[in-house]
Amino acid sequence: MIEVENLTKRYGRTTAVDGVSFRVQKGEILGFLGPNGAGKTTTMRILTCYLPPTEGTARVAGYDVFEAPLEVKKRVGYIPETPPLYPDMSVGDFLDFCAKIKGVPAASRKAKIDDAVGKTRVADVRDKLIGRLSKGYRQRVGLAQAILANPDVLILDEPTAGLDPKQIIETRELIKGLGGEHTIVLSTHILPEVSMTCGRVVIINKGKVVAEDTPANLTRRLRGAGVLRVDVRGDAGPAAEAVRAVAGVVTVRAHGEASDVASLEVEAEPGRDVRAEIARAVVGRGLDLLALQPVGMSLEEIFLHLTTTDAAHGEAAPLPRAEEVSA
Amino acid sequence: MTALRNVWAIVEKEWRHYFGSPIAYVILTVWSFLFGRFFQVSLDFFMRRSMMMAQQMEFGGGPKMSLNEWVIAPVFHNMAVVALFIAPMVTMRLFAEEKRQGTIELLATAPVTDLQIVIGKFLAAVGLYGLMIVTGLLNVLLLWHYASTPPEWKPVVTGALALLLFGSCFLALGVFVSTLTRNQIIAGILSFCLFLGVWTLGWADDPSAGPVMRALAYLGVTTHMEDMVKGVLDLKDLVFYLSFIAFGLFLAHQSVQSQRWRA
Repeated sequence: MIEVENLTKRYGRTTAVDGVSFRVQKGEILGFLGPNGAGKTTTMRILTCYLPPTEGTARVAGYDVFEAPLEVKKRVGYIPETPPLYPDMSVGDFLDFCAKIKGVPAASRKAKIDDAVGKTRVADVRDKLIGRLSKGYRQRVGLAQAILANPDVLILDEPTAGLDPKQIIETRELIKGLGGEHTIVLSTHILPEVSMTCGRVVIINKGKVVAEDTPANLTRRLRGAGVLRVDVRGDAGPAAEAVRAVAGVVTVRAHGEASDVASLEVEAEPGRDVRAEIARAVVGRGLDLLALQPVGMSLEEIFLHLTTTDAAHGEAAPLPRAEEVSA
Repeated sequence: MTALRNVWAIVEKEWRHYFGSPIAYVILTVWSFLFGRFFQVSLDFFMRRSMMMAQQMEFGGGPKMSLNEWVIAPVFHNMAVVALFIAPMVTMRLFAEEKRQGTIELLATAPVTDLQIVIGKFLAAVGLYGLMIVTGLLNVLLLWHYASTPPEWKPVVTGALALLLFGSCFLALGVFVSTLTRNQIIAGILSFCLFLGVWTLGWADDPSAGPVMRALAYLGVTTHMEDMVKGVLDLKDLVFYLSFIAFGLFLAHQSVQSQRWRA
């Protein structure tokens, strides 16, 4: 549904997006993840024909954003970071205007508006002026505007920014519900959002794609690093010594000792299960083993891992390859 | 068909803004008040003069004074000056506000062309200005009811048309200036200065002036009003106004498009 190839956008001398390529299949929900200033918004603005690309191509539903912008615009619903709303219009009037410029035929206009209002739960503020609405309602009116014309593609730039936790959950549910029927590209820097709603994630940093996979795969690939947390009663010194002696253990780091408990972070060789040996070694030394658990990297850590650039190389730290990791 | 529908949707939206906020009411009030005041002053003057004329008549008489020439034409000329001040207030927010609010992104990503947006906004402004002229003409209509010899209707119609076209030139330029900034006040001030500049070109209209000055004077928007207010509809004046408007809208369209490239 969306094909982006080698997309580059330069503003003067700064390069906001640098050779980005990705594809989104019909009905898929793609998470677009990156720190602020990574180029998410610029990419989305190109996809919605708001900005022309400097190089590369982007096609939506087979239409090039540069050559057939009107065809693309007809098929795309978009919410920018700050929802574009007219504060002195009522919600109903605003949606009516949006329906008109989106070319919704008069006959089905009312039904479409009712539908969008229902889905985004803004029916109770329909006659209120937008300027008087809370942030959460405004965000939802923005979403109602985007889904109004029932577009094939939805491009949502941080759709949950500024919402309270309950609204965030509701919005996620709504977005999930829209997937399948619509193809969705969703940008965010809130990670749980991605693992909860998206089928696939593209992580970009400094204008470049640094990873692209399903959230589960990304997590699994990094869990291969095999980090264990070992809690032992007593001093960290002897415990660390015992663990270090176990074959297959690469590094042992002692963590903040809470009163009389030493917490160790143990990194084993990839793919090697050293839990039993560690337990035996600790107990064998007469120490009390309080906890032993694998620490999976959360998406947050993956994200940091990928987007914190190594100054020496100027490249993101490489991900361990999936093949090296045997479950 | 779609193009017309899109333009109309924009016009409707702008009208909702004009009338959903105090702007339209303030402008209409000020305009009607000034129109009424100028009309009253001219009429007073006319009545005093015609009274004097009537007295002189007894001693052999002077010419009969026409309402068109002594009341309606001066009011139209005065209202052209008022339009100079009010036009920036009508146009300054058109694009500047959309840019500040970020709603330009909504318009730019909707299946509407830039030209449709520009024309829609211009027509909305012309619509409001047209309404202003109509409210003013209500004063003039009274003459048909009360005057012993009613005025000729033709110069009234062409005069009102002149006022409309003349103001529309400013509105078209104002739409262009509004695309240049995201600050309404700056758009307003710049438009006013620009209008004033265009206005003063007309001052060079002097038969003894050289060819360059004559050419400049031709570009002055007021020069072309004279004949029309007198009731003479000349094709060259119509062509002038329409091309002036088209030029203003062309600039606005270019500006909107080029900003997307530079953004």
